[in-house]
Amino acid sequence: MNVLILGLGNLLLSDEGVGVHAVTALGERFRMPDGVEILDGGTSGMDLLDSIAKRDHLIVCDAIRSDARPGSVQRIDGDSIAAFFATRISPHQLGLSEVLANLELLGERPGRVTIIGVVPEDLRLGTELSAAGREGMEKSIEFILDDLAAMGVQLASAPLAATGTG
Amino acid sequence: MTRITIDPITRIEGHLRIDCEVDGGKVTNAWSSGQMWRGIETILQGRDARDAWIYTQRICGVCTTVHAIVSVRAVENALELEVPLNAQYIRNMIIAAHGVHDHIVHFYQLAALDWVDIVSALGADPVATAKLASSLSDYTRNDVFEFQAVQQKLATFVESGQLGVFASGYWGHPAMKLPPEVNLLAATHYMQALEFQRTANRIVSILGSKTPHIQNLAVGGVSNAINLESQSTLTLERLFAIKADIDKLIEFVNQAMLSDVAAVGALYADWTGYGAGVMNYLSVPDMPLDTKGVICELPGGYIPGGDLTAFRPINGQLDDYFRDGVKEAVKHSWYAYHGGEGARHPWDGQTNPQYTDFEDDGKYSWIKAPTFYDERAQVGPLANVLAMYLAGHEPTKRQLEKVLGIAGSVHGSPIPLAALHSTIGRIAARAVRCAVLLETLQNQWQLLMDNLARGDFDTYNRPSFPKGEIRGYGVHEAPRGVLSHWAVIENGKIRNYQAVVPSTWNAGPRADDDALGPYEASLIGNPVADPELPLEVLRTVHSFDPCIACAIHMVDPEARPIVQVKAL
Repeated sequence: MNVLILGLGNLLLSDEGVGVHAVTALGERFRMPDGVEILDGGTSGMDLLDSIAKRDHLIVCDAIRSDARPGSVQRIDGDSIAAFFATRISPHQLGLSEVLANLELLGERPGRVTIIGVVPEDLRLGTELSAAGREGMEKSIEFILDDLAAMGVQLASAPLAATGTG
Repeated sequence: MTRITIDPITRIEGHLRIDCEVDGGKVTNAWSSGQMWRGIETILQGRDARDAWIYTQRICGVCTTVHAIVSVRAVENALELEVPLNAQYIRNMIIAAHGVHDHIVHFYQLAALDWVDIVSALGADPVATAKLASSLSDYTRNDVFEFQAVQQKLATFVESGQLGVFASGYWGHPAMKLPPEVNLLAATHYMQALEFQRTANRIVSILGSKTPHIQNLAVGGVSNAINLESQSTLTLERLFAIKADIDKLIEFVNQAMLSDVAAVGALYADWTGYGAGVMNYLSVPDMPLDTKGVICELPGGYIPGGDLTAFRPINGQLDDYFRDGVKEAVKHSWYAYHGGEGARHPWDGQTNPQYTDFEDDGKYSWIKAPTFYDERAQVGPLANVLAMYLAGHEPTKRQLEKVLGIAGSVHGSPIPLAALHSTIGRIAARAVRCAVLLETLQNQWQLLMDNLARGDFDTYNRPSFPKGEIRGYGVHEAPRGVLSHWAVIENGKIRNYQAVVPSTWNAGPRADDDALGPYEASLIGNPVADPELPLEVLRTVHSFDPCIACAIHMVDPEARPIVQVKAL
């Protein structure tokens, strides 16, 4: 098993950074077993190519643009992934979709890709999440735990000293 | 007259809008507009100056490293704090490896698709391609089997109807002119470039402890503990792994990338006649070799009006000539200066948003317009390579002459240095700089090893902040050109912070005198065969390697369909 849990987003734009906040909190609360790795990808694009290459499963947590209620969370996978990238215009244009397309060319695209998308409330300058952003972060962590459980991965809590509030 | 709006420009980082008026098949007027607001300065106010770099490296996903490095330099400058030699060498290696990664990605993954027709590569003869390749260089991976394999892979891709990463290309456009064999050669190296940019990035991650966000910086040095035997630190084994990676990169860049750029450039020689734009070139020295940043391995300087005889060097990273020349204007930007509308020095800079509609003759961009002694300046690899050449930097001279030599033999007649003032020239200069950076990387690696052999293991000088106000600035010749951060610090806390970034210099709108910015000026006179498919405009804009995320930064709050080109 070779899983990457990737948080994407800009920590300087409030809820835009929710994906990074979520994976950071996940790493603080739980110990990852061998074969499951957490990465704060920020707003990077091609820099992530090596980290994403050849994974069995890539789980991406990111803010998404949607008409749904702020703080709600959507799981996008299977055939919906291609449609998601076709309509999304990301602030980081040379982003995940280019990285995945290039990996496809190399024959190193992850076997499975899941996006856990959080609908942001506030995208203004700021390093804190909004109330809806915090709610979305907690929900997205549950979604990720569900995905891991479906793969048969049960996480042990991290030692107390490493527990953060996110 | 037709007006074209391209919004957003793709295959760049960030959100950029370009408007052109086209008359008689040529661009007659142009506007460059950043469509996101940046306000990093606001976030930094009141924070501990030692932490500023942790925030600045979040400005942009491509340039994390460069904003981190220049931020610690700005604070060190304010403190007059020296940096141990080992820390300089380690930082320099990170800077060089990052630059190599960035330049490889730009040429193959971003710019090449404006010139190389991937679909045409399917019709190439792999044997003829190998013969052509061997006339350009001795690169060992230019063999028939490699070309056949790539051709087959591309065929599968195209047949499946899923062009994937190549979907944004203008295949079959009348401005695409390369023979099928050159297209196949470049497509093959496109695939290999994906492998080598990872190699370059690995060097950054070994030295920086992590990518995409390096962790090893500190105001006063680096936090890498050096113990040649202990596994948890920078060891001999890791240093030799880096050396092996440098050697692999040198082979690819010298044997494949330089000759590809030269050949493509020569076959599009007409494009050396377009795209010059603003010919005041500005670059800064980098790769400090002492603890103060006074002596640098790579030179920089200012060339006014494209006149190479008027070159004025900038001496080290603390030259007042640079410090005192920089201002930013907002007459055509969506900001207001309180207390005088004229251009301001970054230490006195302000970031007060004042949004209007897109006004052709008024405000139309979230990017400010920087000036150097009240003149617009073009920054980037072309400015840097010209300065290094004029300063007599031997590796630059050798690599530049090599590229011009190959281009001349493909073209069938010599290519003069003046051809560099162009769209193609910017691309060629970036490849030259990439090769130069690799030599620097090799040199800095050796300097570090030699210094360690002398028994010097220092990597950090502890900063201490005085009471009251201090000011500092840091410069860095980043992959897209001159980057400077300007900090005003009071009792150890940030009071004002301004980042004047390369894409601000180049992508900025008109300044106080209403003269066009470098992107805008470079587009005037560009041919446009088909206003609905303005490939030629993209060629010139992409030649600057736009990275707008730090020039400005905010998600466009309006949900709207992807409109890429609108011709009215």
